[in-house]
Amino acid sequence: MLRKTRIILATIFFVGVTLLFLDFTGALHAWLGWMAKVQFLPAVLAVNFGVVAALVLLTLVFGRIYCSVICPLGIMQDIFSWIRGKFRKKDRFRFTYSPARNWLRYILLVLFIIGLALGAHSVVLLIAPYSAYGRIAANLFAPIYQWGNNLLAWIAERADSYAFYSVDVWIRSASTFVVAVVTLVVIGVLAWKNGRTWCNTVCPVGSILGVFSRYSMFAPVIDTEKCRDCGLCGKRCKASCINTKEHKIDYSRCVACMDCIDTCKDGAVKYRFRWIKDFSGATGKDKASVQKEKADQGRRAFLVSGVIAGTAVAAKAQDMKVDGGLAAISRADKPERLTPLVPAGSLSLKNFSDHCVACQLCVSACPNHVLRPSTNLHTLMQPQMSYERGYCRPECTTCSEICPAGAIRPVSVEEKSSIQIGHAVIDLDLCVVNTDEVKCGNCARHCPAGAIRMVRKDPENKDSLMIPTVNEERCIGCGACENLCPARPLTAIHVEGHEVHRYL
Amino acid sequence: MEKNIDRRVFIKKAGGTALAIGGLGVIAGCAHKGSSSQASNPAGPSDEAAGMTYRINKVTGDKVSILGYGCMRWPMIKDDDGKDIIDQEAVNRLVDHALENGVNYFDTSPVYLQGQSETATGIALKRHPRESYFIATKLSNFSNYSRENSMLMYRKSFENLQTDYIDYYLLHSIGGGGMAAFNARYVDNGMLDFLMEERKAGRIRNLGFSFHGNTDSFDEFLKLHEKYHWDFVQIQLNYVDWTHAGGRNANAQYLQAELDKRGIQSVIMEPLLGGRLAKVPEHIADRLKEREPQKSIASWAFRFAGTHEGVLCVLSGMTYMEHLQDNLKSYSPLVPLTESDLAFLEETAELMQKYPTVPCNDCKYCMPCPYGIDIPAILLHYNKCVNEGEIAGSTASEDYKKARRAYLVSYDRAVPKLRQASRCIGCNTCVSHCPQNIDIPKELHRIDRYVEKLKQNTL
Repeated sequence: MLRKTRIILATIFFVGVTLLFLDFTGALHAWLGWMAKVQFLPAVLAVNFGVVAALVLLTLVFGRIYCSVICPLGIMQDIFSWIRGKFRKKDRFRFTYSPARNWLRYILLVLFIIGLALGAHSVVLLIAPYSAYGRIAANLFAPIYQWGNNLLAWIAERADSYAFYSVDVWIRSASTFVVAVVTLVVIGVLAWKNGRTWCNTVCPVGSILGVFSRYSMFAPVIDTEKCRDCGLCGKRCKASCINTKEHKIDYSRCVACMDCIDTCKDGAVKYRFRWIKDFSGATGKDKASVQKEKADQGRRAFLVSGVIAGTAVAAKAQDMKVDGGLAAISRADKPERLTPLVPAGSLSLKNFSDHCVACQLCVSACPNHVLRPSTNLHTLMQPQMSYERGYCRPECTTCSEICPAGAIRPVSVEEKSSIQIGHAVIDLDLCVVNTDEVKCGNCARHCPAGAIRMVRKDPENKDSLMIPTVNEERCIGCGACENLCPARPLTAIHVEGHEVHRYL
Repeated sequence: MEKNIDRRVFIKKAGGTALAIGGLGVIAGCAHKGSSSQASNPAGPSDEAAGMTYRINKVTGDKVSILGYGCMRWPMIKDDDGKDIIDQEAVNRLVDHALENGVNYFDTSPVYLQGQSETATGIALKRHPRESYFIATKLSNFSNYSRENSMLMYRKSFENLQTDYIDYYLLHSIGGGGMAAFNARYVDNGMLDFLMEERKAGRIRNLGFSFHGNTDSFDEFLKLHEKYHWDFVQIQLNYVDWTHAGGRNANAQYLQAELDKRGIQSVIMEPLLGGRLAKVPEHIADRLKEREPQKSIASWAFRFAGTHEGVLCVLSGMTYMEHLQDNLKSYSPLVPLTESDLAFLEETAELMQKYPTVPCNDCKYCMPCPYGIDIPAILLHYNKCVNEGEIAGSTASEDYKKARRAYLVSYDRAVPKLRQASRCIGCNTCVSHCPQNIDIPKELHRIDRYVEKLKQNTL
């Protein structure tokens, strides 16, 4: 019964959190956004006392239910493990008790906390559970979901229905994609072999919650009177925390999955109120986790800049102007921004990088394809903005609504229109008014802030072509101008970020 | 002249006697000794083709099918490199079917379909006896007026169409730039004098022009009739443009009357407005169907164009076999519209004025836009939404949400993002190319503002 409840709740959470990463329409975020906000690390970084206190309290009372029910990475490991059990029934009982590797656990936890405090987010967030799952879902699951959607859109188009529309499927950042793949493989292999090794040796959230669950009010307890020493519960325990010989359970590692209770035919394992404090401490080095850490450091080497090649220039008319056909077009190259751009609501670059857990939720939710993970070493995988595929549209506040970590604070549409996240910079040498000697003004036409003014190129001539200028005071940095600028391969206007966002 | 006669002898040998007599007809036409509509019809097909209505060219005696094939809209496919090319196999089939059913007038231009139309048309026609059809093509020297370049274009047409003579040769789309453009393109470079010589030599059997513009410039061009003797004039005529030609364009009623006055026969273009008179708003369609339940909506437009006696031929750019079959039905034979039918269509045209569509006929003269915009696709998508009543008035209007989604989703489907109206920089390159005189950048910016308001929910 308890196990079934756990499985049902876990399924709900897992599906819900995953859908958050898959849904590109923004329809589900209002309903399911809270599932991301109750994740431990985002709540800590968001300084969300309520959630953190509730989670600690939950653990103190019921044990590490969080790890079994709320954490999507934990549930994903259970799924891997369960699949193996489906292949061979015998493998469900493949686990054996091993002493806790507390030394490694707590060193990693301390390093994690120090890393966060020092701002080395890009390194420490590699092992943060929710972030790791987010990267996997956003990079690996979302494309599959989107391709499925595009197939439906293809069918809908032929059925003249507007029920589905097609979306672009693209890799936001090669390095983050590689990190997601490596994480999935490492965690998948660990779960396939040894169940919850990751959670009980590497995961910093698991280690913190383990400190509290050690003294939890409720927990599975072995009744030595009834126990016939069959040892099945220990073999079933994916956390490898049941010492069947001594009839002891390491509650710092128990994730309260209730598998042992269902396994015991003699009713000797009961989830019950306990005051007995059970210390079971042992040290030892977990080779797997050491290797994992090395692998993490190695990943940072994968810094591939996602530069889109292509310098197709607008085709010029030939001697004979023929009718029809389409000129070749290309997306603009990504400009080098001296200061990164982060969304309205981030307050400042510092606030953003201090709180962001690099879960990629906003990246996968951004309907305008503006957000993508950074490839910069210091902010690796944390999102930043760029405007080659779209711009930060005035009516959209999606990222600020869904950020669970307080890196992007909620802003209203009205507020957003007066937050200056950056400012546009014009290179008139690249502007088509100068290079092609044509009328343009597309930047000014689309500026939602009215910050771009067209002025005469030749002030003496009243019929002169008009060139754009930026009123830096009014510019909010949304990138409409950059996105819609016709100059190639680099646009003539691009947006530079501001370190501290300002209210106009 | 000697050489030309030799040439004609050659043609005679190659193409048969019928053709040579056709050539004599030309001479008669040039000399204006008679506007002999009774002239024998050597170049025309025999009367075997059952049903099709024919008109006699008063200058050359050509027996021309009332349905002419417009070669501006041949079906396209993608080649291995993803480039658009004409589906030659389909063109062959369409041409075969058209000829079999009495269509004998084929109108093309060096610039149609990215410059591929003449060649494809030539290939398809070459498979049939030369005397069984008339070829019309044009001097489409829009971008480079030089004599050298124009001459090159003229010569190339013969090569592309694999022929020794062209039955109907047109100065392509005059009127837009007024007399100045006309002089620059055809007079100052001596091309028109040259073409008159070619007409004398029999390599051009009929010389005319196609026209888009206002009444004043039309009058001026017709004044030149005394000098150049236009054998025919191609005009845009349909039941909307009859008295409701938009913008700066002259009403077709006026154009046709002026031609009738001078006994110049007309060839009709855009009888269906690029399909706009087939894809009409629902209640207009109902109205037409109510009157003729068995006839297609398009058939109204074709019968209208053919009803006028001064019309020699009505061109239709039939992309699909079904278009061809439907038009054959409308014209085999043509049953002229009655006075009451005409009044009914006039009323229909008035009703259609209430729909704020953009008068784009998808001729693609504006393309390619140097900045990659797919202009016709944007305008056609907008028109489709207008006709389907899917343009929302304001956020408060009923069905706003439905209309918003429908517009935005279908817009992305119809036009890739990088080719949408938001990318139009307003360079105005396209404007001079539009025969309908649409202020394209203005329309694109208007549509873009509408889309922007939909996206922001601020309509």
